[in-house]
Amino acid sequence: MNSQKTGWLLLAPTLVILFIFGVVPFLYVLVTSFVHWNAFAADPTPHFAGVDNYRQLVFDDQFIFSIWQTARFAFFVVLSELVLGYMLARLMLSDFPFKGLFRTIHALPLMVAPIAVGATWRLLTVPGLGPLPYFLDTFFGYDYRIGSFADQAFFTTVVMDIWHWTPLVTLTLLAALSSLPKEPFEQAQIDGASRFQIFWYVTLPFLRPAILATVFIRMMDALRTVDEIWMLTGGGPAATTRYIGLYIWRVVFPKTDYGYGAAVSLVTLFLTIVLCWLLYVGLVARRGQKSVN
Amino acid sequence: MFKPRRGINLLFWCGASLVTLFPIYWMFVISAKSRAELFGRPSFILDSIYWQNYIETLNNPTFQKYMFNSIVVATSNSFLVTTLALMATYALSRFPLVGKENIFFWTITNRMAPPAVFLLPLFLLYTQAFSIGEWRLYDTRLGLILLYCVFNLPFAIWILRNIIDGIPKELDEAALVDGASLWQVMTRIILPLARPGLAVTAILTWVFAWNEYLFAATLTSVDARTITTGLAEFVTVTGTNWGLMAATAMLTLLPALIFLGLVQKHIVAGLTFGAVKG
Repeated sequence: MNSQKTGWLLLAPTLVILFIFGVVPFLYVLVTSFVHWNAFAADPTPHFAGVDNYRQLVFDDQFIFSIWQTARFAFFVVLSELVLGYMLARLMLSDFPFKGLFRTIHALPLMVAPIAVGATWRLLTVPGLGPLPYFLDTFFGYDYRIGSFADQAFFTTVVMDIWHWTPLVTLTLLAALSSLPKEPFEQAQIDGASRFQIFWYVTLPFLRPAILATVFIRMMDALRTVDEIWMLTGGGPAATTRYIGLYIWRVVFPKTDYGYGAAVSLVTLFLTIVLCWLLYVGLVARRGQKSVN
Repeated sequence: MFKPRRGINLLFWCGASLVTLFPIYWMFVISAKSRAELFGRPSFILDSIYWQNYIETLNNPTFQKYMFNSIVVATSNSFLVTTLALMATYALSRFPLVGKENIFFWTITNRMAPPAVFLLPLFLLYTQAFSIGEWRLYDTRLGLILLYCVFNLPFAIWILRNIIDGIPKELDEAALVDGASLWQVMTRIILPLARPGLAVTAILTWVFAWNEYLFAATLTSVDARTITTGLAEFVTVTGTNWGLMAATAMLTLLPALIFLGLVQKHIVAGLTFGAVKG
């Protein structure tokens, strides 16, 4: 039996599908980014444009604003989920009745379709119907209308994402915490270290790989959030919550500006890869450091 | 013996569970009320359940079509992905292929890409390039089934790699020496041993395919629309009927609720790409 040949045959369907639906679109978007092409313009055929689309993009205030808002969103979301998730993981670590049940309930949001998450939060926040605007007004006299106030809309999307994804952080850190060795902690206690010192000098270094992996994954996901936001705010009010995925959608579909949309898509991909790489380098460099010590 | 810390912990998790469950419970409340009862002071207790929203939704031909599409797309995709991933991981695990670690890494990177970036090229390819005569891949269930492989295959390969690597090589080598064919080795040895892992893979890929919205919304128009796009249409197209929307949303998240208990321990390994074992 020619084992090389059999192996490649088994692998072939996977590689072909990933090539057609992963690599071909990438090459296509690369080519498209160098043409002027608007399906509903006076002249709907593509024309070579050089780097015009990229030049336009650098001076596009809406694009820059969208990137900025996406970065702000990702920052708030990842930081809060990390802190909250760590505290919840600590609480989940000790033993208490019905732990398995509570863990399942806690994991529930992870399985829910993002679009349904958006729907749930819309029902919570719609004026006249949702409990949030009603109670904030009745008890605090706070005027809560995410359709009108930019900051409220922004932070509502942040809170929604925290509700949706904190369980992932909790469960990853819980897995990491349960596999910690006991000796260093006992030793630190014998040496009379304070609780904070134990956290800072013992727990944190052990958890570092798990924390970095979690931050990495949450960051990637936060940067590409579309469905929930689309359902909750539709990108508004004005463009406050029009994060990068929604921005791309807007350029490509209602505006049918294909050439420019392609350039925006590619720059987004590029920025994501750069961020990815920076986080990865951070992760590997830390690991390297630890092995030296 | 009563330990106070256990009690405090229990109380805390009751509270936390309320926070988790409340938005979903509220959606259920909305879905089980008539239009007249909806507005005014919010009340969290249902005196009686108003089933009309569910009856109306389930009898709506559009909804039935969307539901049918979702079931077909998710099930076919899950089956296709699990089968192809099993073949691919077997090849990667057992055959001395040149550069297989690079191939493995490349498959995984396919999942990392932000989907919005691929909206434009896929839309153009589906409407123009991927066609035979009159037939286009645009607005077909097949188009979605194949496309969802891009994010589900890497995931399935990642999960199954550990499982296939964990099955001793000697088992299939012995069978091959005894004259068994590759097909027999796959169906008689690998399949039974990898069954739990395959089940988890199939369920999670099914849920990911079911939950997908962005591509379903942009690469279909009439015939192949799925339930998630139907849910979004409530906000964008119709003058929002909240009761019906809530009922649709409840039906959308139903499979997740059903499968949750089965795969709860594997969700983390799945969503973090195996970076952390749940």
